[in-house]
Amino acid sequence: MQAAHPPSTAGAWLYRHPKALLVLFLLPPLLWLGVVYLGSLFALLAQSFFSIDEFSGTINRELTLKTYRELFSAANLDVILRTVLMAATVTVAAAIIAFPIAWFAARYARGWLRALFYIGIMLPLWSSYLVRVYAWKLILAKEGILNWVLAKLHLTWLLEALLSTPVLGGASLSVSYFGTFLVFTYIWLPFMILPIQASLERIPASVLEASGDLGAHPGHTLRHVVLPLALPGVVAGSIFTFSLTLGDYIIPGIIGSSRPFIGEVVNLHQGTAGNIPMAAAFSVVPVVVMFIYLALARRAGAFNAL
Amino acid sequence: MRSRKERVSLSLAASATAGLLFLLVPLGLILLYAFTTEDKTYQFPPPGYTLEWFGVAWGREDIRSAIALSVRVALVSTAIAMVLGTLAAAAMYRFRFFGRESITLLIILPIALPGIVTGISLRSAFNIMDIPFSFWTIVLGHATFCIVVVYNNVIARFRRTSHSLIEASLDLGANGWQTFLHVVLPNIATALLVGGLLAFALSFDEVIVTTFTAGQQTTLPIWMLSELVRPRQRPVTNVVAVFVIAVTFIPILLAYFLTRDTSDVNGSGK
Amino acid sequence: MFDHVSLRFGDVAAVDNVSLEIADGEFFSLLGPSGSGKTTSLRLIAGFEQPDAGEILLHGVPASGLPPYQRDVNTVFQDYALFPHMSVRDNVAYSLMIRKVPRAERRRRAEEMLDRVRLGGMADRRPAALSGGQRQRVSLARALINQPRILLLDEPLGALDLKLREQMQEELKGLQQDLGITFIYVTHDQQEALTMSDRIAVFDHGRLQQVGAPREIYDHPANAFVANFVGVSNLLDAATSHTLFGIDGATAVRPESIRIEAPARDDAVRIETVVESIVFQGQNSRLVLACDGARLSALFDHNADRETASPETGKPLAVWILREDVHRLGEGG
Repeated sequence: MQAAHPPSTAGAWLYRHPKALLVLFLLPPLLWLGVVYLGSLFALLAQSFFSIDEFSGTINRELTLKTYRELFSAANLDVILRTVLMAATVTVAAAIIAFPIAWFAARYARGWLRALFYIGIMLPLWSSYLVRVYAWKLILAKEGILNWVLAKLHLTWLLEALLSTPVLGGASLSVSYFGTFLVFTYIWLPFMILPIQASLERIPASVLEASGDLGAHPGHTLRHVVLPLALPGVVAGSIFTFSLTLGDYIIPGIIGSSRPFIGEVVNLHQGTAGNIPMAAAFSVVPVVVMFIYLALARRAGAFNAL
Repeated sequence: MRSRKERVSLSLAASATAGLLFLLVPLGLILLYAFTTEDKTYQFPPPGYTLEWFGVAWGREDIRSAIALSVRVALVSTAIAMVLGTLAAAAMYRFRFFGRESITLLIILPIALPGIVTGISLRSAFNIMDIPFSFWTIVLGHATFCIVVVYNNVIARFRRTSHSLIEASLDLGANGWQTFLHVVLPNIATALLVGGLLAFALSFDEVIVTTFTAGQQTTLPIWMLSELVRPRQRPVTNVVAVFVIAVTFIPILLAYFLTRDTSDVNGSGK
Repeated sequence: MFDHVSLRFGDVAAVDNVSLEIADGEFFSLLGPSGSGKTTSLRLIAGFEQPDAGEILLHGVPASGLPPYQRDVNTVFQDYALFPHMSVRDNVAYSLMIRKVPRAERRRRAEEMLDRVRLGGMADRRPAALSGGQRQRVSLARALINQPRILLLDEPLGALDLKLREQMQEELKGLQQDLGITFIYVTHDQQEALTMSDRIAVFDHGRLQQVGAPREIYDHPANAFVANFVGVSNLLDAATSHTLFGIDGATAVRPESIRIEAPARDDAVRIETVVESIVFQGQNSRLVLACDGARLSALFDHNADRETASPETGKPLAVWILREDVHRLGEGG
C-alpha cells in the first residue's frame, strides 16, 4: 500500500497541472532557441535594413531599403543565380549517386557488409568537413592522384576536353566550376544517402514482393513502387544538400573559379569590406530560398523522413 | 524463412560499390599523405614514407592550444545540448499541444538554414548588443546546432518506448522524479550517449559558424582553414587531418556499437 | 465510485456522464467495443487521466488530484509495460524498491510472488527472454506485490492465443477469489466478460449502456446495442414485433431461443418461415430464415434436433418462440 501522502507535494501539484510540467520541460530549450537563435535571426534581419555610409564606412542605424536596392544589382543577381543553379545541380547529382548506395545498404547489406556501409556513410558524414575538402585539394592538384590515374589510363585528353569547355572548365580542375561541383557533391553526399536509406528501410519487403507477384518487372517495381515511397527521403536529403550548398563559402574559395557564390560575397562584405548591412541583406537570400524550399518539402511529407 | 535469396542486380552492386569508394578513397588518401616525405607539393604517388611529421606536429604549440580550445568548446556545448535536447524531446514525446509543429521546425532550423546564416546572425546579435568575442560566444553558437543532434537521437528512442512504461512506474508508487531516474533515464541512456558523442564530433569539426563567433581565437578547424587557404607546412597539416579523422572516428564507432541492436538511424540530423 | 464522471478529448466525449458503483471484492468487467470509453474509465480510476467533470471515489475518498503513485490501485497493462532494462525480479520488486524496503526482504517477497504466479526460477531473466504468457504473469505479480485493494486489468489477455487465454481466465478468477480484492477488468470480448465477472458494465460511445450480472445482461439486454454486443440477437423493429408477438416497441430474440421443434407448451408463438441459407459450423448449423419482411438467425443443433427433418435451402420451415424469450428493448444504443 502506498503511503497516504498529503496531496500537496510538488509532484501532486504538477499532476493536477500537466501544462505546468510541459512549460517546465519546454521552457529552457525554447528560451535558448528563441532568444539565442531566433533573436539572432531578427538581429540579422534588422541589420539588413540599416545602411552603410559610403564615405565614412560607418553603419547608419536608420531603417532603409537602400541596401536591398543595391542587392538587386545585375552583378549580385548573377551571384544569386549562379549559387542557386549550383545548389540544384549538386542536389540532383547527389540524389543520383546516393540512391544505389542507399538501396543496397537498406536492402542487401547484411553482417559485415552492413557494418562496412554504416562506417562508409557515417565516417564521411561526421569526419571533418575541412579535412574532406582538403582531401580534394590533394586529389585535384596538378601533381595529384587524379592526373596520375588519368595519365596511366591514357585518358588525359578527356580531362583536357572537359577543361576547355567554356564556363565549366578552367586552367585546371581545382580552379573550375566542375571542380567546385565535384567537391560539393562529395561533401554533401552522406546527407542525401541517410534519409533515402531510412525511407527505403521503411518499405516492407512484402510490398516489393507483391509488386513482383503482380507481374511487375524489377524496373517497373523500381519506378512505380520504390521511387514514390523513397521520395520523402530524397526530398529530406535535398533540404540538406540544397541548403548547405547555398550557404557555403569555404569550398568555392578553396576549389573553384574566381566568380563568387553567395556565401563568399557575404563573407567578403562582413569581413574586409565591413559592409555588415549588405552582408545581412545577402544572407537573407538563402533564408528566403530555403523557406520556399521547406514549404514545398513539407508538402511532400519530407519532415517525417528527417 | 526466405525460400529464394534476394538477387542483387550487377549494376546495383557495381554502382553502390563505386559510390562507397567515392566516399572513402579521399579519406584514405589523407591517411597516405600523412607519411609522405614530399613537403612542397601534393605529389602522387609519394616519393617516400616517413613518420617524422607526427613528431613535428606534436611539438607545435599553436596546434596544441587549438586542440585544447576545440575540446573545451565541444565539451561545454555538448553538455548544454544534452540537457536542452533531452528536455525538448521529453516535452514532444509526453505532450500533444498547440504549436507542436512549429517547435519541431524551430529545433531543426539551425541545421536546415545554411551555416553562414547562423554565423552571421549571431555575429550581428553580438554586434548590436556589444558582446565581445569570447569562449562563450563560440559555445553559444555550437550548442544551438548541437541541440538538434541530441534531440533527434533521444526522440527516436522515446518513440520506441511505450507510454505505459512510465504509467506503470507511477502506478507502482514512484513519483515523477523516481520514474525519471529508474525508468526513463535507463531507457534513453544509450540514445543520450550517442547523441552526446555525435554532438561532440559535430562541435569539434565546426568551422562555418565558428569563424563568425570566434574573434581572434583559434579552434582546430579554424587553424585547418588558415592552412588550407595559405599552406605553410603541408605535411603538418596532413598529420593534423589524420588526427581529426581519428577523433571523429571513435565516436562514430561507439555510436554504431551502442545502437546496433536498436536500428536508430543516427546523424540524419547533422 | 463513479459519480457523473465525464472526460472529453477535444470534441469527443471519451467518457460521458458515467455513474457506477463497484463493490469491494467484486470481479467487475468493463465491456465494450474499442473507443467505447472502457479503457478511459480504467485510466481514470488509475489516475492516468483526470475527469473534466464529476468525481471518482476510492473507498469513499475523493481521488481527484491524486497522482497515480498516491492511489492504492495497481494496474496490469495491455502491453504488460515490463521495464526492459530490469530483471524479472527487479520488475516485480519495483514498488518495494521505491518504498525503500530492505534488499533482502524485497528479494524474498518478489520470489514468493513469482512462485505464486508459477514463475519460480525465472527471477533472473530479462522480460525480453519470456513468452507472452510469462510476461503476463510477471506483470500480474508486479501489480499484486503491494497488495492493492483494487487491481485494474486492461485487456490483459488480448495478446495471448486462445488456449492460453482460457487457461489464464481460470487462473485470474481463482487468484481474485483467493486474494479477495476487487478486480476491475477491461475487455472487448463478451465471452470473457460473461465467463469471469460478478458484474459487467457495458459501454458504447462513452456512455454506460447497462450494468448487471452476466446472466441478467445476457437474458435481459437493456437496448439493441447490448443485445447485439453481448451474444448475438435478432433485432426486430416495432412493426415486426407487433405482427409476430403483439408487442409494441422493438424486441430482441436470441438465435438459440428459436426452436425448430414444437415445444410442449401452448403459449409458444409459431412462425412460418422459408430457409434462405444454411452454414455448417460443426455442432451447429446457422440458419437464416425469412418471414414477413424480417430475417431471423437461428441455430440448428445436429444432435438435439436430429429427430426433425434437416432444413433445406428454399424450403419452408416452421419455428416456435416462447414469449419469455422475447425481450423488449429500451431506447439508446
